[in-house]
Amino acid sequence: MGEIAVHALREVDLQVHTGEFVAIMGTSGSGKSTLMNILGCLDRPTDGTYILDGEDVSQLSKDKLAGVRNRKIGFVFQAYNLLPQMDAVKNVMLPMLYNGSAQHSDVERRERALAMLESVGLGDRTHHRPTEMSGGQQQRVSIARALINQPAIILADEPTGNLDTRSGAEIMDLFHQVHDQGRTIVMVTHDPDSATHAQRIITLCDGQIVSDEQRRSVQ
Amino acid sequence: MSWRQTLLVAWEGLIQNKVRSMLTTLGVIIGVSAVIMMLAISAGAEAEIADQINALGPNLIMVMSSFSRSGPGMGMGRPPELTYEDLEAVAENVSGINGASAEQSTTQDVKAAGTTLESVSILGVTDDFPAVHALEVGSGRFFTDEENDEANKLAVLGYSVAQELFGETYPIGQQITAGSVRFTVIGVMAEQGSVGGTDYDSRIYVPITVVFKRFVNARFGGDSVRVIYVSAESESMMDSVMTQITDLLVERHDVDPDSPDFNLTTQSAIIDTQASTTETFRNLLAWVAAVSLIVGGIGIMNIMLVSVTERTREIGLRQALGARPRDVQRQFLLEAVILSLAGGLLGVLFGVGGSYISTTFGSMRAELVPLSIPLAFGASAAVGIFFGYYPATKAAQLDPIEALRHE
Repeated sequence: MGEIAVHALREVDLQVHTGEFVAIMGTSGSGKSTLMNILGCLDRPTDGTYILDGEDVSQLSKDKLAGVRNRKIGFVFQAYNLLPQMDAVKNVMLPMLYNGSAQHSDVERRERALAMLESVGLGDRTHHRPTEMSGGQQQRVSIARALINQPAIILADEPTGNLDTRSGAEIMDLFHQVHDQGRTIVMVTHDPDSATHAQRIITLCDGQIVSDEQRRSVQ
Repeated sequence: MSWRQTLLVAWEGLIQNKVRSMLTTLGVIIGVSAVIMMLAISAGAEAEIADQINALGPNLIMVMSSFSRSGPGMGMGRPPELTYEDLEAVAENVSGINGASAEQSTTQDVKAAGTTLESVSILGVTDDFPAVHALEVGSGRFFTDEENDEANKLAVLGYSVAQELFGETYPIGQQITAGSVRFTVIGVMAEQGSVGGTDYDSRIYVPITVVFKRFVNARFGGDSVRVIYVSAESESMMDSVMTQITDLLVERHDVDPDSPDFNLTTQSAIIDTQASTTETFRNLLAWVAAVSLIVGGIGIMNIMLVSVTERTREIGLRQALGARPRDVQRQFLLEAVILSLAGGLLGVLFGVGGSYISTTFGSMRAELVPLSIPLAFGASAAVGIFFGYYPATKAAQLDPIEALRHE
């Protein structure tokens, strides 16, 4: 019995420019998770090319992909995915551990992580563990972690999905800040309110892009 | 990621679950301490036997009767025996010896000046006894050949017997009664202590002829002796002395030289025999210990597999953040190796401590085998790598997408 190819995505032709803030919308099963996994270099397209920051990463080896994820991608997850046994600083330092090309000393890493936590407004929570922080604070830590290696792109997967309205709004504000500093952000969401924060909203349905809407202003 | 950082990450993973980590190392701790203690105890047993045999005296040859198929004794319904006359013949005719001695013992209650000691070992010996066994007389003197021949009732006391019977009183010249026989004390042996399970200080030495006449029932042997001890002057004289003894006794007993009714043994022969016995014993113990080390390793593998499953999400996250498969593999491999090395280290400590306690407070003498420590430590590291490899590889092969979605 041969494998049946399931086309989660078909003929997706998408270009995201540096400095853009893009929201990808779609119902479950629309293929947005698959798109997210490919954009995040967690998965490789069966066919087609993915050029990230000028480099074709479609057919790289597992090790090379790990390096690309480390240097060029900052992940923000719905469930924060912080390591519970580590405090905020250590969580933020984590991506630097795997950054073989930039050999910083422990002290440098720590200082950078502290500065990053300061910039996301958590200067007073640096030694708290995830269990000692609110959801909004945890998501701030994970954004700091996503930014620490100065990636080409921030991939946020339902970043406000686990948060109440107020914390969610604060996190979106933080994304705007990050965006204003020139970062490229791609955010997957099924929440139209969150999507309105983006400059551009792409809607997926059945593995295909059904709309690509440019928005002029950002609230 | 550098090894140092990986080590740090592995360590953090372990202290996250302190109790479990400690329980996991228990198997290796038991295995390693078992290896060290088993080897120490068998080495101790070996040394104990060697001491015991060496304590009999230097360059000692032991002549014992053996059941010979062609011996004339067989027809009489009594096993052939060595006699006191054989001993005297050896002492007179064999050259190159310090002396020849034999023992015939009895156990009697001993009384002196109002003090009674129950069940004292009384050893009938000849005048050569101190020379043959390299024992020294502390005060007074040992009895002479003539006194032995005449069966004079003289006694030389072991050091602690003298203390117990006479205390502050000067024992020499005093009378003691052993059973129904009165002896005059003529000497006290120097303090010797207990060597190889024999307490030399708690015995009384008397002429062997007195024991034959007054204590041993003629029906049970008359003047037969179990062992004749001969001390050669030097190690190089051993062969010559043994040949002389064999020739003499073959002639005296009128037996076929190819199957004599006695045999000769030396200390080194006994030590060799014992060594091969203890070696078998030791190998067996080493295998038992090795098996427990393997069981400990399986324990580590088991816990590491549980840990990989439990931490699937963490692994997925680390992969998303840029950990390569080999980084993940190293992390878990190092965790296993740290566990087994910590177990090895504690095992060495417990093994050494246990050996010490066994020697100092227990009845079992243990002598550490120095090589066993690096051996056990190396074995535990190998166990960690071997049993950690599979779980670590399994962790490294996890798909980051699946792993992140885990739970």
